Amino acid sequence: MSDSPLIRLEDVSKSYAKGKIPITIFEHLDMAIKAGDFVAIMGPSGSGKTTLLNLLGGVDRPSSGQYYFAGEAIEALSEGQLSRWRADNVGFVFQHYNLMPMLSAARNVELPLLLTPLGRKGRRENVKTVLEIVGLADRASHKPAELSGGQQQRTAIARAIVADPRLLLCDEPTGDLDRETADEILATLKMLNRDFGKTVVMVTHDPEAAAYANHTLILDKGRFGGEAAA
Amino acid sequence: MRYLFFLYRNLARKKLRTILTLFSIVTAFTIFGTLGSFNAVLNAGVELAGADRLVSVNKISFIQPMPYAYYQKVSAVEGVRRVTHANWFGGYFQDPRQVIPVFAVDGESYLDVYPEIVLDPEQKKVWLADRRGVIVGKKLADLYGWKPGDAVPLKSNIFKKAGGGAGWDFRLDGIFTGADPGFDTRFALFHYAYFNESLGSGRNNYIGWLITSVDDPAHSDVVAQRIDAMFANSPFETKTSSEEAFNKAFIAQIGDIGLIITAVVGAAFFTILLVAANTMALAIRERTREIAVMKTLGFPSPLMFRLVIMESLTMTLVGGALGLGLSWLAIAALTSALGGLLPNLSMPPEIVAGALGLMVALGLLAGILPAWQALRLNVVTALQRN
Repeated sequence: MSDSPLIRLEDVSKSYAKGKIPITIFEHLDMAIKAGDFVAIMGPSGSGKTTLLNLLGGVDRPSSGQYYFAGEAIEALSEGQLSRWRADNVGFVFQHYNLMPMLSAARNVELPLLLTPLGRKGRRENVKTVLEIVGLADRASHKPAELSGGQQQRTAIARAIVADPRLLLCDEPTGDLDRETADEILATLKMLNRDFGKTVVMVTHDPEAAAYANHTLILDKGRFGGEAAA
Repeated sequence: MRYLFFLYRNLARKKLRTILTLFSIVTAFTIFGTLGSFNAVLNAGVELAGADRLVSVNKISFIQPMPYAYYQKVSAVEGVRRVTHANWFGGYFQDPRQVIPVFAVDGESYLDVYPEIVLDPEQKKVWLADRRGVIVGKKLADLYGWKPGDAVPLKSNIFKKAGGGAGWDFRLDGIFTGADPGFDTRFALFHYAYFNESLGSGRNNYIGWLITSVDDPAHSDVVAQRIDAMFANSPFETKTSSEEAFNKAFIAQIGDIGLIITAVVGAAFFTILLVAANTMALAIRERTREIAVMKTLGFPSPLMFRLVIMESLTMTLVGGALGLGLSWLAIAALTSALGGLLPNLSMPPEIVAGALGLMVALGLLAGILPAWQALRLNVVTALQRN
């Protein structure tokens, strides 16, 4: 794990306007996550966990404050630059997998590579490699409806890592899975962190899931309430 | 190219809906191709009409004849360069379904008034000297494999010889081409003198219409008035108009085809536009979450816009091409069924080009709203909504 922070939030606030009523999600948030770290974020519903994850992934912007990723000010990027930045640096794993139902597992995994200069052969090789990493090489031609929940989530993880991003953002990745399958998924994330050096930030309600992380941050009422060591 | 599989999979995900939408687009372009080709072939004569030519017909109807003497009288009208005349023969070859447009004309003056009929000088000389000679257009000669010197027996469903014989025996003296590539050469010309003497007394010495070449096209109206004034209050009053107006009036006899085509195609297209636009909008609404996920993965908004437009264009281009293909087959079948009635019926390049333009316009119109929605989609909101 590197000592330099990959992610640094400085005095970040986020609020929405619901009609004429402003709703503050969090205020004056500071956070730093080192490259190669595995961080779990826990907290009650409505505490702003998913909003924080959206900010870290560049799909949402802070109302104020600065977000630095590897020293680069992310909030200053244009929409187009932000899309490019996401494609290059961030892999997303969602609770409900969010796979394209009409595409096979291999084609789903291939999607982020369409944004790279890789040719068809190169894309296929990369897809094959990541499907082997997540243990789904024999399910490459199956569509999501033909896969179990755990297999779908592993497909989603393969999609998240296929373009070799530095950061993996996981929003309740085991929320829809039974304990045994959840442990398999978490072990896969841990392996990606440990063996491939991926920085993982995971939002979860599940203390057992959080136990796989190196650190757990508790977000409550828009503030970090403390850190529980894993 | 790298997004082709994505487009295909999106279109194939609701096969029945895609097939029904394609079916409606195919239907529209089949109608467009077929009716448009009909319109083009019927208007071909109008577009090629000479600006310096007037056509004089019997004022009662253009199928009523006029005395042959009018030919000489009109020649003397001031402003007239040359006059010729023609009779519709109503000919066919072997089978009544093999209709051939055949005209009985005064050869020398007719070829002078119609310089677009290009005939080899030697063949012209032979024909003008051969009372039973006929000249045919190249397309017609190619159709039946005729060569100069061949005997060409034709029959008429209007005229019989005075002796009662139905057959008219001709010898092919020449094959003409058109000065303009668009000039339809599927017709035949033979001598009025042979036609006239064969009909016998009581039915002869009448002509169908006069074609007048004027000295100056700017004075066409004045010359037309002079011709009609000359025969005013006679048993055979004339109505003289420009060749273009005459051809249009001829087409009007079988209805305002242009209006019918515009109305039918317009109604069909409007309906299809609604169907296609609704289908595309529905397809995108169903995929809001997927678009949000793709944008999250880093697919830029302009790319998502293009993907939706490409999906819409694929539908209209595939459907349109299939429709034009069906239309082409329908035209081939109609040409065969109609015999020689509309010998030049085919799909002209301008109809294909027009159809291509409409396919693109339809695709853009149907896709623009859902594509705009994809472009503007807020990822956070879309992911929360689902």
